[in-house]
Amino acid sequence: MAYRIPEDLRYSSTHEWARLEGDTVVVGITDYAQARLGDIVYVELPEVGESYAQGETFGVVESVKATSDLYAPMAGTVLAVNETLVDDPSAVNRDPYGEGWLVRFSISNAAEWEALLDAAAYAQLLEEGGH
Amino acid sequence: MAYSPHTEAQRQEMLRAIGVHSIEDLFADVPPAYRFPRLQLPDPVSEAEILRELQELASWNAHVGEYTCLLGAGAYHHYIPSVVQAIVGRSEFYTAYTPYQPEVSQGTLQAMFEYQTMICALTGMEVANASHYDGGTAVAEAIIMAYNVLKGKRQRVLLSSTLHPEYREVSRTYLRGTGLHLTGDEDLQAGLDALEGAIDRDTLCVVVQTPTFLGEVLDPRRLRRLADTIHTAGALLVVAVDPISLGLFVPPGEVGADIVVGEGQPLGNPLNFGGPYLGFFACRKAEVRRMAGRLVGQTVDAEGRHGFVLTLSTREQHIRREKATSNICSNEALNALAAAVYLAVLGRRGLRQVAEICYHRAHYAASQIGRLRGFECLSTWPFFKEFVVRCPIAVEELNDRLLEHGFIGGFDLSRTHPHLGQAMLLCVTEMVPVSEIDRLAKVLGEVTR
Repeated sequence: MAYRIPEDLRYSSTHEWARLEGDTVVVGITDYAQARLGDIVYVELPEVGESYAQGETFGVVESVKATSDLYAPMAGTVLAVNETLVDDPSAVNRDPYGEGWLVRFSISNAAEWEALLDAAAYAQLLEEGGH
Repeated sequence: MAYSPHTEAQRQEMLRAIGVHSIEDLFADVPPAYRFPRLQLPDPVSEAEILRELQELASWNAHVGEYTCLLGAGAYHHYIPSVVQAIVGRSEFYTAYTPYQPEVSQGTLQAMFEYQTMICALTGMEVANASHYDGGTAVAEAIIMAYNVLKGKRQRVLLSSTLHPEYREVSRTYLRGTGLHLTGDEDLQAGLDALEGAIDRDTLCVVVQTPTFLGEVLDPRRLRRLADTIHTAGALLVVAVDPISLGLFVPPGEVGADIVVGEGQPLGNPLNFGGPYLGFFACRKAEVRRMAGRLVGQTVDAEGRHGFVLTLSTREQHIRREKATSNICSNEALNALAAAVYLAVLGRRGLRQVAEICYHRAHYAASQIGRLRGFECLSTWPFFKEFVVRCPIAVEELNDRLLEHGFIGGFDLSRTHPHLGQAMLLCVTEMVPVSEIDRLAKVLGEVTR
């Protein structure tokens, strides 16, 4: 099965996506991640104002069969979280790159963007993983 | 046919892999004299003979079937209707474990679901889990849950001085090494005002017990005020409660408790020489993902048929490991089943009757004993089924005298509450007839004359 991997986003090897918007970055989980998790029933998001190092756990996504940590693709401070997921976590399944976004960070090190995987590299990663 | 999990070749391969020649080499550190000591055992006897011997030994026990029990302090002798054991003992139910493929055991899951529902009704809470080991571990798990609800940002736990001494000890043992600071109970005479005054911005929860360890029922209006103060400070209120008392008194859920826990043994479980017991645990739905333990839910299958499932198990150890809400994966399903059957048999009215009888007989006993020369009833605030009596002689000695007269005496408070002097915590349940209360007063008067 083919997973959607938008060209304009960057990706982490832990299946988060990042969209650069000025000096902020919007983060979610990839189409592959939501498909592998199955029906998502709960998303635990950080509080606005919390700061995270790159790779640090900032939340948890829970499906009917597994619970996974969310890792910050870039270091930053939480500017906003997607509050609608509290009542409708299935938005992450329906539209992982749109209404299923998780967190907006203000970024502290723009160089980290370049180190993330681009769409081709992420597609390659999934390919190598046997998908 | 002998069951043999490994072939000789496999054993040799394993021995080679760890670099020893024989299985005996693994025991080289045990001195030879201790490896296979000669056991001084008597000759074998027949089943009938050994049964007689064991019965002889058992007859040395003073048990509640033969003596009138005045001992409570956390474990209570209540009447258990025969139907409880009859149902719990059925082979379909008689296992200590929830099955690993739980959904095939719909009956077990339904029983757990009903248990959870009854605990919610009893405590006035929204969600109850499928049980913990006992009252003490349920208190400790409640503290961990409160810590997680506050995202690990607070470190201070306030324990009421009237929380059961063993619950306080278990909590400290359980939480050792977590960095949490358990305090508030250093002065056993400190009341709720002192506890309330100690709440600060680092306090994650306050744990109180009603009826208290000494039997006093906390005023629900006072508890409500305490809950308000706690919530204003951004902390949680944990209430430990005797489930039988909830037949009569305001449930903690109605006075603002965030987590309600307790010892469920009084609900249809025998004293069992100290265990297995039953920890019950209930909380608000909003925090259910922080709750420890397993949870049975009611649902419909793909064809719309009604059924039961283990739900939210992604929080559990076997899926989430280091992030699990608790590292205890098992529960007390059989004891919880006994509690469910007990509550179903008694019903709302029956439970109220049991609680009323306990209340009235305990107050009658307190008035009869308080009237005796040299005795003083120290419990003034409305109490439930336990009260404190100061005695004219040492409690240990008094209990020896009582035993001679067919009574298992009260809990000796001189061990845990020395400031009360020669004091005893007496428990009177519906299992103590009025005639026995009268006889108790007479015996107490005689043996201290």
